[in-house]
Amino acid sequence: MTAAGALALAACSTTADGGETRSASAAPAKATASSDAPYPSTYKPYPGAPTALVGATVFDGTGKEIDNAVVLFRDGKVQAVGTGLDTAGYTVIDGTGKYVTPGIIDIHSHLGDYPSPSVSAHSDGNEATSPTTPEVWAEHSVWPQDPGFTRALANGGVTTLQVLPGSANLIGGRSATLKNVPSRTVQGMKFPGAPYGLKMACGENPKRVYGSKGRMPSTRMGNFAVDRQTWIDAQGYDGKKRNLAKESLKGVLDGKILVHNHCYRADEMALVIDMAKEMGYKVTAFHHAVEAYKIADLLKENDVCSAVWADWYGFKMESYDGIPENAALLQNAGACVVIHSDDENGIQRLNQEAAKAQAAGKRMGIDIPDAQVVRWLTLNAAKAMGIDGQTGSLENGKMADVVLWNGNPLSVYSRPEKVWIDGALLFDADNPKMRPVSDFELGQPGMGDVK
Amino acid sequence: MNLRRVTGFALAATAAALSAPLAAQNVAITNATLAVGDGSEPVENATVVVQNGKIVAAGPGVAAPAGMAVIDGTGKWVTPGLFAAMTQLGLYDVDGVRESNDSSGGRSPFSAALDVTTALNPASQHVSVTRGGGITRASVFVGPSSAIFGGQGAVVDLGADPNMVMRPRAFQVVTLGESGGRIAGGTRLAAQAAFRNALQEAQNAVGKADRPGDVLLNRPDALALVPVVKGEQPLYVAVERAADIRSVLALRNEFPKLDLVIVGASEGWMVANELAAAKVPVIAHALDDLPTSFEDLAATQSNVGRMVKAGVKVAVGGLTGGTGDQARNSKQFAGNLVALNKLPGATGLTWGQALATISSVPAEIAGFGGKAGVLKPGAVGDVVLWDGDPLELSSAPVKVFIDGVEQPTDNHQTKLRERYRDLDTSQLPKAYEW
Repeated sequence: MTAAGALALAACSTTADGGETRSASAAPAKATASSDAPYPSTYKPYPGAPTALVGATVFDGTGKEIDNAVVLFRDGKVQAVGTGLDTAGYTVIDGTGKYVTPGIIDIHSHLGDYPSPSVSAHSDGNEATSPTTPEVWAEHSVWPQDPGFTRALANGGVTTLQVLPGSANLIGGRSATLKNVPSRTVQGMKFPGAPYGLKMACGENPKRVYGSKGRMPSTRMGNFAVDRQTWIDAQGYDGKKRNLAKESLKGVLDGKILVHNHCYRADEMALVIDMAKEMGYKVTAFHHAVEAYKIADLLKENDVCSAVWADWYGFKMESYDGIPENAALLQNAGACVVIHSDDENGIQRLNQEAAKAQAAGKRMGIDIPDAQVVRWLTLNAAKAMGIDGQTGSLENGKMADVVLWNGNPLSVYSRPEKVWIDGALLFDADNPKMRPVSDFELGQPGMGDVK
Repeated sequence: MNLRRVTGFALAATAAALSAPLAAQNVAITNATLAVGDGSEPVENATVVVQNGKIVAAGPGVAAPAGMAVIDGTGKWVTPGLFAAMTQLGLYDVDGVRESNDSSGGRSPFSAALDVTTALNPASQHVSVTRGGGITRASVFVGPSSAIFGGQGAVVDLGADPNMVMRPRAFQVVTLGESGGRIAGGTRLAAQAAFRNALQEAQNAVGKADRPGDVLLNRPDALALVPVVKGEQPLYVAVERAADIRSVLALRNEFPKLDLVIVGASEGWMVANELAAAKVPVIAHALDDLPTSFEDLAATQSNVGRMVKAGVKVAVGGLTGGTGDQARNSKQFAGNLVALNKLPGATGLTWGQALATISSVPAEIAGFGGKAGVLKPGAVGDVVLWDGDPLELSSAPVKVFIDGVEQPTDNHQTKLRERYRDLDTSQLPKAYEW
């Protein structure tokens, strides 16, 4: 927020996530629309030179650190990562003193759905007309010209993101998993083969939004009652007469759509876990999860990831118990940690947020290696989005989504120097023409500036 | 006699059973890497001496006075207490809990007359959390809501004692541009007209017991603007767009005494030379780089660096909340400005300049040049000992002194951390761990 914007009451944190998914096949979806996979991805990797990054320190996304490494990629895929590899046939880039990570992944973004400029005509993230809208798909709101995508790429090294509907609704709709490539259409950004997510929300937002309209839910117990009845109504859906809402819910019950549940408080997360058991689905990740540290054992036991900020707290009642040690305590308990942004500025600094969370842990005696911290932003996020078979780590055969950093990404003094998506160089700090400029910014003050 | 020490001792007596005593110490920190805060680069192996609540010496050649308590700063860094410009510390407990939130005027019939010192709460968790982040002083503003003027902000310290106020009614806040236009009736024109009228009414009110009947402002608001129009109280003007900044600078043609500070200035780099020539300082957000609205199309992280390069006095500020914009993260924001130096085409700051944007410069803009945000003889005894480079993400304060008083480090967050260090409830519920 700008300082002047701060003169108005901070309005963030009342929005939430959203979701879109597709069938979870590992193969790229065919670019043909059909009733079971409509609006298919038309994304194709851009051309790239066979590239060898030589001499850098690699955090490979799985938690491994390799010093003085060689990273080889060609034809859009990682070919090999190790030391002393033969680079014949590759364009060699000297990485001495630099760092390499997989492309950063943001599991919780509203880019495109709440784009810049954030004028009311662009407010497309909450279908706040009914407390359950599983029938809406975030991809139908994404504006590909949101300048925020370019900032996330250039400053954050973000190569993949999940765009979620907001949290006004108990069930907000399907998420969209996108490659962070500039495109004329959202289909041109859709991550091939990524499963859809379903955005859900508990707590203050749904009950406030609908309670203030004099309708259910107006309480937390109302939240649960509406959720439960909605699931019960979906259980018998046979698809004979198409119902968009029930198609999404059935996709969850069949394990094809992943539930991303905005939830702050520990006690509510515990109730949601039981609701999922009652109704026969699984929660993949709790988002925002500021109190996850209070139930790290329960989250581990139930294999639920926590997607968290480093240090946000106290901006709404249910965030009052947020602490900077949240991520470290979860990691220490063996639970799955993902660092997320929920913010067009935070997405530019996910690496820094992770570093703060690491440091807070260290001060309380929880030492988490850099390479493991990088996993919070890469492979763990990919896993929770159902795309860990394709991206999230620098392993042979995976998408060559790669960031070359000009220093340790966990330092405040480091920035992405080059970013490749599927082996194509799409950002280069050393080449002004390799900064993407959205249609919106063309011919306007600051066009093409280093942002 | 230092007032802070008096209040500190008084509090220590009443709160002795609850927390560490808050007594001003005469103390020297030795062998540390020292950053003065004035824009100079850090020096190694230095000493800072605090006596009677004030800095008496700081530098590499300084010896700890005989008999004085010494803290070995080997491997650590020392800076002045940081100064957070344009915060709302002490004005709210939870942003979204309306009844706890005094950060804007709401539907009050008053605006310019509102005085933040009447609502400040030093016991707010945000005060202690922010203090734990190495910030010891701040300016606190109230946001405009029912009128373009917000009210009278204060300069405060974040010490763990009952008195926050360092200077009451230290500045007035007005918003022009988009948000001012919205409040004033829908347009910038309306905001500018409301602004001119308000200052005229203030001018007309000077020295008069009665005011004519055709006035828009109520009496307290008009009187509150008298020191503004006389140039005795700084006027913080929130604008972002280059054109709006120019129109604010032009206000001096009509009201020559205005002591202007621009707040926001996302497009300030486009008018940097004009700001420098007008000697108008800026409190900017460090990292805004998106066209959030049509008034900050040219926002870039190089904004601060370019303005500083042009000679504008720039503080980093406006970090008001508990989300991405927390005051305790101002050091991260400053660190990012250093990072820009390695980014081709960007304009960053040196390390020393970056620290100054969150220490001496905001203190100067607040009227405490040489007195706060700097480790120089005569300045307040606000000293932070860090476990590493203060601008780095891995670093945090080890000790925080305000007016020579070592500050407590416990707060709601640290208590939660300790309670949930383990999840063992086999013997008793967690509620018994405190």
